[in-house]
Order: sequence, then C-alpha cells, then structure tokens
Amino acid sequence: MSQVNRIAGSSKRINRNRTLTFSFNGKEYQGFEGDTVASALLANGVDVVGRSFKYSRPRGIITSDSQEPNAIFQVGSTQATTIPNPRATQTDLYQGLTASSTNGWPNVDFDLMGTVGKLGGSMMPPGFYYKTFMFPQSLWMSYEHLIRKGAGLGASPQQNDPDSYDKMHHHCDVMIVGGGPAGLAAALSAAQTGARVIISDEQNEFGGSLLCSTQSIDGQLPSQWVEKTVAQLSDMDNVMLLPRSTVFGYYDHNLVGINERRTDHLGEHQLQSTRQRVHKVRAKQVILATGAHERPLVYGNNDVPGCMLANAVSTYINRYDVVPGKQLVLMTTNDNAYKTAIDWHQTGRKVVAIVDTRAASNGDLVNKVKKLGIDIFFGHGVIEVKGSKRVKGVDVAPINATNHSVTGPAKHLACDTVASSGGWSPVIHLSSHTGSRPVWNEEIAGFVPGATVQQQHSCGGLEGIYALSNVLSNGFATGAIAAQAAGKGDGSYVGKAPKTSDPQEDASMALFHIPHSKKTSRAPKQFVDYQNDVTAAGIELANREGFESIEHVKRYTALGFGTDQGKLGNINGMAITAKSLGKTIPETGTTIFRPMYTPTTFGALAGADVKHLFDPARFSAMHKWHLEHGAEFEDVGQWKRPWYFPQPGETMQQSLERECLATRNSVGILDASTLGKIDIQGKDAREFLNRVYTNPWSKLGVGKCRYGVMCKEDGMVFDDGVTACLDENRFIMTTTTGGAAGVLQWLELWHQTEWPELEVYFSTVTDHWSTMTISGPNSRKVLEKICDVDVSSDNFKYMDWIEATVAGVKARVFRISFTGELSFEINVQANYGMQTWKAVMAAGEEFNITPYGTETMHILRAEKGFIIVGQDTDGSVTPQDLDMDWVVGKKKEFSFIGKRSWTRFDNKRDDRKQMVGLKPKDPTFVLPEGAQIVFEKNQSIPMKMVGHVTSSYYSACMGYSFALAVVKGGISRKGESVFLPLSDGTTVEAEICSPVFYDPKGDRQHV
Amino acid sequence: MQQYSGFGLLKHSLSYHENWQRVWSNPTPKKHYDVVIIGGGGHGLATAYYLAKEHGITNIAVIEKGYLGGGNTARNTTIVRSNYLWDEASHLYEHSLKLWEGLAQELNYNLMFSQRGVLNLGHTLQDMRDIERRVNANRLNGIDGEVLTTAQVQEMVPILDCSTNARYPVMGASWQARAGTARHDAVAWGFARAADALGVDLLQQTEVTGIRRKDGAVEGVETNRGFISAGKVACVAAGNSSVIAKMVGMELPLESHPLQAMVSEPLKPILDTVVMSNHVHGYVSQSDKGDLVIGAGIDGYTGYGQRGSFNVVEHTIAAIIEMFPIFSRVRLNRAWGGIVDTCPDACPIISKTHIKGLYFNCGWGTGGFKATPGAGHVFAHTIAKDEPHPLAKPFSIDRFSSGELIDEHGAAGVAH
Amino acid sequence: MLLIHCPYCEEMREEEEFSPAGQAHIERPLQPEDISDEQWAHYLFFRKNPRGLHHEMWLHAAGCRKYFNATRNTATYEIMETYKMGQAPRVTANEEGQS
Repeated sequence: MSQVNRIAGSSKRINRNRTLTFSFNGKEYQGFEGDTVASALLANGVDVVGRSFKYSRPRGIITSDSQEPNAIFQVGSTQATTIPNPRATQTDLYQGLTASSTNGWPNVDFDLMGTVGKLGGSMMPPGFYYKTFMFPQSLWMSYEHLIRKGAGLGASPQQNDPDSYDKMHHHCDVMIVGGGPAGLAAALSAAQTGARVIISDEQNEFGGSLLCSTQSIDGQLPSQWVEKTVAQLSDMDNVMLLPRSTVFGYYDHNLVGINERRTDHLGEHQLQSTRQRVHKVRAKQVILATGAHERPLVYGNNDVPGCMLANAVSTYINRYDVVPGKQLVLMTTNDNAYKTAIDWHQTGRKVVAIVDTRAASNGDLVNKVKKLGIDIFFGHGVIEVKGSKRVKGVDVAPINATNHSVTGPAKHLACDTVASSGGWSPVIHLSSHTGSRPVWNEEIAGFVPGATVQQQHSCGGLEGIYALSNVLSNGFATGAIAAQAAGKGDGSYVGKAPKTSDPQEDASMALFHIPHSKKTSRAPKQFVDYQNDVTAAGIELANREGFESIEHVKRYTALGFGTDQGKLGNINGMAITAKSLGKTIPETGTTIFRPMYTPTTFGALAGADVKHLFDPARFSAMHKWHLEHGAEFEDVGQWKRPWYFPQPGETMQQSLERECLATRNSVGILDASTLGKIDIQGKDAREFLNRVYTNPWSKLGVGKCRYGVMCKEDGMVFDDGVTACLDENRFIMTTTTGGAAGVLQWLELWHQTEWPELEVYFSTVTDHWSTMTISGPNSRKVLEKICDVDVSSDNFKYMDWIEATVAGVKARVFRISFTGELSFEINVQANYGMQTWKAVMAAGEEFNITPYGTETMHILRAEKGFIIVGQDTDGSVTPQDLDMDWVVGKKKEFSFIGKRSWTRFDNKRDDRKQMVGLKPKDPTFVLPEGAQIVFEKNQSIPMKMVGHVTSSYYSACMGYSFALAVVKGGISRKGESVFLPLSDGTTVEAEICSPVFYDPKGDRQHV
Repeated sequence: MQQYSGFGLLKHSLSYHENWQRVWSNPTPKKHYDVVIIGGGGHGLATAYYLAKEHGITNIAVIEKGYLGGGNTARNTTIVRSNYLWDEASHLYEHSLKLWEGLAQELNYNLMFSQRGVLNLGHTLQDMRDIERRVNANRLNGIDGEVLTTAQVQEMVPILDCSTNARYPVMGASWQARAGTARHDAVAWGFARAADALGVDLLQQTEVTGIRRKDGAVEGVETNRGFISAGKVACVAAGNSSVIAKMVGMELPLESHPLQAMVSEPLKPILDTVVMSNHVHGYVSQSDKGDLVIGAGIDGYTGYGQRGSFNVVEHTIAAIIEMFPIFSRVRLNRAWGGIVDTCPDACPIISKTHIKGLYFNCGWGTGGFKATPGAGHVFAHTIAKDEPHPLAKPFSIDRFSSGELIDEHGAAGVAH
Repeated sequence: MLLIHCPYCEEMREEEEFSPAGQAHIERPLQPEDISDEQWAHYLFFRKNPRGLHHEMWLHAAGCRKYFNATRNTATYEIMETYKMGQAPRVTANEEGQS
C-alpha cells in the first residue's frame, strides 16, 4: 500500500527500515517506526478522521501535538485493552495497531448525522438546550434519552484492564518540565552545578521544537545538538531523564505529578513492564520550560480537512517526511510561519500563495520567500474555505483588521491545504495549577505566568521568548539560577552557549479572527473550539445574551471544555469576546487551567492501590484456621472477622442457633483479637482515665477490670470497652474494633494539647496480642485443663484478670463477659495465637467447644442488653439515653469530657430517644434492623416517627424474637405497644420492655 | 422576559440568532435596596427570585464579587436527591426536590433536571442497617426510596463490580428513583434570568468589603463600587461565609474546606444512574456530554484556594476503579475544587442573627447544590417575614447552644 | 499537596503522613459548669475559619504521633511556620496582614 504523501526526505526521526502495518476504521495502512498515528494517516493521504460532536462535520488532523481536537480515536483490539480517546498526534505507531474514529454513523466518510447537522445546525446555537425540550415536563427524560445517544467520544472498555500500574516518589533540587531547547539548556546548566536534576518531556524523545527545526546550532543540525546534549545529561549521575512522561499536574509546595507511558508505544498489554508509572516529584525548585503552542486563525469553514496549523505542517514535513497535501495556501500574521512555506516549497510541492494579514514585512524569512517566487498577498485574509471532506480552494480578500471588515472583492485560489498561524501562546497551563493568575504580555500577544508562591521559574517560549538563541541563553541562565536557589552553584552558567543565528523578524499582528464579507452571524461557520463545535458566531451570540464574563462564555458555549482543554481555541475565544464587548483581552481575563494537562489514565492515578491493595485487609493470627473451618467473614473496619461458621448443609440461621445454644449450654469460642488494645502508662494514667471516661477510675485495684464509656465533648457516646489495671500506673484499654485508631488519636489529642502536665503514655498493642474468648458454663472446665493457675470462682472472680500460662504459653486471662455467660478472655502474644487457639480447641473437644463469629456474639450480647457502639448508637446518643447512668461518675472532681454538654436544653428533654427492648407480638417474627417506630398505628404520611430498631434477632435460647431499639421517652414506656410500618406495607406491633432479656440478674456470668 | 421554546429557536434561526434578548441586564447599583443579598450563586439567586415572586419584594440587589454562579454552583457534581436521614433535613431537601420537579417550566429555562435515580451502596452489615433505617424513615416521611439487594443493584448497573472478590463487596443499596442530576450552570442562569425579569439588580464584579451597622441593626454594605444602603442583608456566601461574618465581628460554627471533583474524557453512554459509595469513598455519574463526573471526599484542612491535594484525587480514582474496574483505562480530563463550608452536624444554617436585619444561609457542606431551590425558598421567607420558615426553623444557629444538632454525617455522599 | 515540617521529627514530610486537626490555641474552659450554654457552644463549635493566616493543629499521624501547630495561609496554602504544642506562633495576622 502506498504512502502517497511520504517523500524521500532525510528525517532521522522515523526508521524507514521498519515498516509497521496498522488499521484505521477497518482499513489497513502502513507507516514507519517513529511515526505517530497522525503522521502515518497523513502519509497515507487519509483526510477525514472523525466527525464533529454537534454538527457532525467531517474533520481532519489539524495539529501535531497535544492541541489536537479532532483526531481522537479508539485504540486497541480487545474489550480489555481498548483505550478511549487518545490523540492520534500523541499515539506512537506500533505493529498491528488498531484504531477507529469515535464519531460518525455509519462511518466517518458517509455520516447520516452530518445531514441532520446541516439541516438542524442553524437551530443549535450555544445554549439551545436551555431554551427547549421543556414541555411537557414529563417528556424530558425521553428527550434526554435521545440526546444521550449522541454523547461521548470513545467507548469505555467492557472488560477489566489486564495491565498494572505503579508509582515512584522522588526528591530533587531542580525539576525541569519540558525537554525542548530551553529545558535541555536549563538541565545542562543546573546539572553542571551538581544539583540533582529531573527533566521530563511528553514526547517520545527529547528536543521539543528542535525535532522539526531546520535552524542550525553551532553549525550542526538542531537534532545533532539535541543528541549531544541528551548524551551529556545521560552520562551524569545526578540527572534523571524521563521521556514519554507528561507532567499532568503541578501541585502545592512544588509537587510535580508525571505520567510515564512505559509500554503504550510497544503494543497492547506488554508483559515486561507496568503500563504506566506516575512519578511524584518533590522539587526544591521547578523550572517550567513548556514552550508555546501555535494559534490557528479563525476563518470561514476553517474546519474542512486540510486546514492545519502552520507549525504542524512543518513538523510533518521535517520530522516525518510527510507532506500533508499538494497545494498549500499559508495564512499568517507573522514572519515565523513563512518557514512552513519554505519547508513545503522545498519538498517540490506547490505553495499557491501566502496570505499575510499585515500590510507588509521585510523580515529575513519573508524576503527569502519572495526570492523563491511565491505569491504573497499582504493585507489579505483567507475569509472562507471551499470544500467539504477536503479543502478545494479558498476565498482570499483584502481585510481591515482594525474595524474587522473585508475591504474588497474576494479572489478564489485553488488549493488542498490551508496552513494558518496567528502567532504563539505560551503554555501556561501548569503555572496556573497552583492558583497563580497568568498575566497578558502585549508584546507577544499572549499570557505568561503570573506571580506565584511556589519555588518556580519559567524560561523559553513560556516566557514569550521565541528566537532560538534567546531561548537557549535564557534556558542556561534559568538553570543556573534555579540550581543556586536550591543551594547549588553561584547562579551563573559557566559553559559556552552554542551559536545560532536567528532570522530578523518584523513585528507580527495581533489578529485572531478573520473578518468575512458577511456578518459573523451569517458567515460560514468560523470554528474556535473544534471539539465542541464552538464558533465565533456562537461566542458573539453568548456575549449578546449577556454572558460577558469569560467563564460564562466558556460555560455557555462549551469553549475549552474539550479534551484539549482549550489549548487550541481559548485565546481566540477570549479575543473574540473582548472584541465583541469592546474590551481588551486582559480585561476579559482568562479561565483557570486545571490539572490534568493532558488526560491521565485512571489506572495510573490509582497505581498499585487496586484490588486487594485498595485497602489492605487485616487478619488475626488465627485467620487460617477460620478459613479451614469454613467461616464466612464480615468486614469490620479493615479487619476480616469470622461472621459465622456454617457446617455443611446449614443455613445461616441454623448455624447461628447452633452456635448460640452451644455457647449458652456448654462452651463457645470467639476470636476477639481485633478489638483495639492500648497500653496506658504513667503516674497520672488513672487521672487521665477519669477525664476521658464517664465513670471513675480512682479506686480500680491492680488485677481488676472495669467497663467504661467514652463520650465526645458534645456528650455523645463514641466508644466503649473494658480497661484493666495492670499495675498502679499501668492500664490496658480495650476499644471497639473499628474505633481503635480513632480512640488512640483522641487520647493523644487530649494529652498533648490540653493536659500535657499529666504524665501518661499511650501505645497501641492491638497487633501484639491474640485474643480468644471462651464463653459458656463449661468454659472454666476447658480453661482448667490447660491453665497453670487456679481459676475457680473463689480464686478468680468476675471482672478480675490474672497472669497465667495457658497451654504452655504466657497469657493474660480476663474474666469478663460480653455474652452474660461465664467467660474467660485469653490473651497471648500474637505469635502464639494459633498454637494456643488449637490447644484450647483440643481441650474443649470433650465439651463440644464451638467456634462462633460476630453474629452469634451480637445475638448473645443483645439478649443481655449490651450495646454495640455504632450499631445501637449513632453519634446522637448519651449514656443517659442508653439507660446507663450507672456508668457516669457522680462524684468525679474533674469535669470529664462530655459532662458539660448533658446540661444543655436538648439533653434535658424527657422525650429523647432512649434504649429499650422490643418484643414483637409475633414471637417468630424478626423485626428488620432499621425499621422505624411509631406510637400511632393509623397515621397518614408523613408519619410521626419516634425511634428505630437498632439490633434484632431470633433467640434460639429464649425461643422468641427480640430487638433493641431507641424510642422517644422509651424508658418510661415499658409495657406499651409500638408499631413498625415496614417497607412491604405491613405494620407489626411490638411491646416495649427492658433491654435485658436473658438472665436479668446476671447470675450466669458470676458462677 | 423573552419566552424560550423550540418554536422560538426555529424563528430565531431564520434571523441568524441576531435578535435574542439579554438574559439579564448589567445595572449600576442603586443607592438603596430593601434587601441586599451577598453572593450570586444558585442559593443567592434563588433567594432573590423567591423574595420577588412570593413576597413581593423586588427592590433587591444580588451582589457577586465574581460572576453569577461562579462558586460552588459551578463546581459541584450536580446531584439532586432528598434521601436524608433525619426528619428535619429530609423535609428540607424534599421540599427542594419538589421544587426541582417543576422548575424548568417555572423558570422557562431547561435545567436538564434528569431524574435518573441515585444508588447509595452498602458494603458492610452496618451500612445495610443504616440504609434500611434511612429508607424506612424516608418512606414514612413521604419520600420515595427502596432497599435493593445486590442482585437488583447488579441488574441496574451491570458494569458495577458486585462480585464477592471486591475488597468491600456490595451488599445492597438504597435507591431513590426521583433523585438525579441537573445542569448546574443552568440553575444559576435560570434563576438569574427570572429574578432579573422581576426587577432584581444583579451586580456582578462587585465585592462587599464591609457591613455598616447602627444600634444593632444593619444599614447597608460597603462595596468596591461604594456604599449601598439596605434594609436587610442576607449572606449567601458559602465557603466565604466566615469572611463575611468577620466583618460584623461574628464567628460561625463553620470550617471552609476544599472539596474536589473531577471528570473523565467523554465516553459513550455506559452509566445511566448516579452511584455513590460512602464506604469505598467515591461517587460517579455520567453527564449528558458523556463525561464521568466524580466526587471526592473533602480535604481535611481549611482552604480557600479552590483546589485540594493530589492524594485525594489518587484515592478517589482508586475507589472508582474498585467500584468499576473496567474504567481503569479511561482517562481523567480535569480535576478542580470548590470551597465548602461545613457545620459540625453536617447540616446547614438558615438563620437570623443577633444583628437585626442580618441573615445567614450557609454551612451546606457537600449538600448545597441539591438544595438550591428549597434553600432559596425558605430563606426568602425567613428574610421577608423576619421569622424562620417552618422548614428552616430547626436550622437556626441557636441549635449549637441548645444541643439540638441534626447529625447527618451518614447522609453525605462521601463521609466527612 | 502540602509538604509539612514536623517540629518534633525536624523533617519535611508528605501531607499523607499527617492529619489536620483544626484550629489551634482553643483552650478548654477550666470550669465548664460555670459558663453559659452559648459560651460552651462557642468553645465546642465556633471557629475563626479565616481566609488568610490560620493557626492550626496537625497530627503527625504516620510519624511521631505528635500534635503540633502550623501557621498557614489558607488562600495560598503557604506554611509560614510549624511549632510545638505550647509554643506561641511567631507569624501572626497582624504582622503579615490578611491576604
């Protein structure tokens, strides 16, 4: 297959020895290694690469870089590896690449929607959605359904990503963004001071504009200077070079986010490496050397394929040996773009004319062109392009830029390519990311970076410095200054700046929008933002309607909302707004650029924090045993806790009933390792506990345990647990599983910020211990078999703890109970957890010791009316609401945390929601947890709700269902009926009762 | 006010759209207004509209230091729902949702209010208890809601990872069918256009620098365009509320935090409801343009910079991939931040103050956008009558002294 | 994303190691029972929340676990200083002006 536009050039950037075959929209083409998909398509003479979003107009490739609005493809051959929306101009070609257009039906060459766009386009000015589809109200969802069908560019993959991603963190002295002439010079200069330098560039190789430049440096080709400089940098240990690495974000305190594309140029799903890597660089100094983007001019039908940026045309010729057409018309406001005409001419193809909007120019390049015999129309503009799927010709007319008018008859020129240049816009995006406002530089007619609080420098094109010799010297100087600011070198560049000779250029003209003989509103469409089909007429209409702030213009017309984020069209849009409002561009202002500089893969941003590493799970030392014994697990905080242990053939309810009965009747065992444990030491530990718990701790003796409740300063319960006195000045505090980290932070907060005078120290020891609770009437018999200490009731009382050896392992054993049964909590060093667990299981075998999970624990504790913070409380519940006034110290001297809030108006209401028990009238019916409670059964909506069910179960031990609930004034309503209107429409009745259902006197735990 | 319709579009297309009227005028400030509203976002504009329309007060200025609707109105993730937990909050948000339902017609401006439904996922047993509790409360309050099983969720959103291999498997969800999204900018513009038509002065690029008082009552506001006398001053400055309060020596129970949101590149339609997960910490919907619109949790520090920290973006995207693994190769186009004023109980303040004639509507945290019409409506009432609207009464600033807090932390899209 | 100097570790560390902990220098009333509900509410909930210089607490959560103070500009996010608990800030709004 022929590459009709590939010429016999001399570019080293492509490798003609390696032909690559690829497919686009189902057709096969060939290109070379080093091509982008865009250069390869242009080489093959492909004109139409997509359809526009709103009007479905045929579109071609306009740029050669990140500005590209049209050549947005779907790349990839499988539903797992497909990538939506990469730009053809930034997609490196590889063997077998499969790409297709993202719009166009049935295809981009013959698109039915294009017909609709032609017919209906005139009815779709900006904001047309807001003005219609309103009636009738009920039909919007149907209208929207149709509108949504046209939404989007590419399609999401349908299958999971087979690739992996990772991240690296770096610190450096000087981070340089951009590897063009300014960046490379800055890198060399900074690196020579010994500073640690990182330089990144979004392209596949360093060099930036030099890769397609023909201007010599030190008498050599610019690419030779690049090679030499890159080689020099590569040899330095203090320099890290990151090609194919886009800085997507510049964040506060000099954090630079870089996305390195490691395998995308090699093919789909390459196994040798992570696909992309995000580098997070903290730099002492950042140098932005991001260069400038050429601006297109805005003229009639400027979106017909064949309309391109002048510099892009040069890039395709010089870098890829591709001439994207046969006959060129160049329109320019400046000398610089004359290079494109010269480049084109030298390929042997025809330059039809240069249309220069200025009255005259005597710059070196202009004079060179004159010598080549190319026609130049000064004071003219291309007012309109003819053609639909490819430029067929242009209408050129004399224009008056000052009063925006066409001053004479138009002349038709036949051509197939229109290159335009409206000058250059510094790439200020990154400098805006940290909140710095760009400022307008009249001289270059562009925005440059404004004041910033970051340790930031900019150089080269970004500063509006365009002549190569100045760019290089500015780069060298900036590199040295930045290095000095990072503490390296004396701020001056010692090396020799290379010699270049820049052509003398005449002043360019600040012109953005070419007038047409018709009013803008009636002229052929003049596109400003191609991707969103924003036209000059649309912007003027928005202004007429009162959308005058540039942000309003952006939002009303969608200017700059595309995936190029306004790189190509924003300045033109601002200029048109300024013109239409009679303001200057700086008065109109700019919108704020935000990350991402170019779109960044989700997977790369997440890095390795996906799947099981999304939030690493925590397991107890006995986890393997639980797995082997068929446990189902529940997520509690980050922990995986056994929920229940089903035996073959059992339903969940059957398992729970078996586990409950076994525990109540013989002995059960629970892995309680996940409860938080905080070791508290210091001579004031006791006083500290007095202040953070609601109950008193002054008299708790060594060897004793006590249950405590903690409130926030607003008086609401936020954690609870048992704390044991290990020694006069040492305690071990237990917290809820999910609350452990928060409680430790809470204790530290109070100690460090309010009461530093108290001598107390906290240390988390949750992971140090494995905890197993044996519970039930036979638990003592089990423990006795394997414990070296007398654990009889005389020697080891309820709420005592002892040190003992259990199954040969040193242990702390607590006689505390969350089930209401005789219980022992055995704590051993975590390393011995599994061994001890197995020993306890063996000792319990004769008693049919039964492992139970969190669900059985919940049932058993609820039967006893014990609360679970976070399930029975929700941040609006006080100890008094829980009928737990017994846990509030009345004589404590210090006004402990939470106490003061209990005297506020709202806390003294007698209709606060209070913890009670509920017995459903139907003893087999388990109330849904979360069911709402009402006093009056027959109410219309909205009903007056008085509480809700917090915990609800069927009790196998008691033989009926029961619940815990909060009910307004519930404590004094025991015996009354309440009603629960359920989501299935039925209403059930229940009786308020004491929350203590089982063994209300507590005999069983005391045996 | 020029009437908008499909027919109008056709008519104007014949005259090349040259004759559309301005949507609002650009007036010079008058010397005196009956009510000055500080803040030209959605809430401020809605307040002005309802003051003019329902209370006959039309001598109103809305003072905006930037451009209309340029603060959080322009920066949110456009979700509208009313399935809050507590009676006070759910009644307020439901009042708002009901107003949303006829608002496009009332304002003659298509707000693209799309009732595509919102799923709030549950990933733990406690999540499911909370969902059950909230949905039951909603239903008994007359607000639509359902509890869905994992299978039902999977059927509704086939691309959501509902497998048990997920780190936090989906156990079910709450579903509010009447909830959805709206075009955020259009809400500000629609209210602005309608308020302007009723005679309200919209003063853009006008910054309040002080509030003049005499004998414990407001007299007017100092601005960069001079003093403007006012009978009443209503502050609707969202993230900047504390800055305005400071002008009268007040502190508020607020902290202003960055809240970030982000969008992917446009994709072909793939997600047609809003999916929120408190536990995994992310929420996402797809706009009519095709972008995935993603909300993050708030940044923990105080910040007025309209930008947050990158690690929040990283974590949020990881959460989205956890929920939707197929989005791993999709690309993030843009991330930005707003400034949200958060209250200790995650509920707003709609209140009179100890200064006569000074009112505050603030503290909406992450919930402001969805409340726009309702908040404007009850705030207008509160200003006009100098007495709280019954629905606004529980949201008085006095609740922080009395302890009558309304703890809605669980109801925010993402916990904060 | 912030880079924060921990005055205890004496190192610059990433924001991810720290948790913000709100306004600094709020003193708990010594006799909570002696003050009005309004005063108590003010202590509990009301905050300066300035746009500009802010004295705030941070916890070096994944580091030394110490709380410390920072003076930070909430508009530019610049950190002027960090200092230990119990110390007074050297940079205050009066010197710097509110930006």
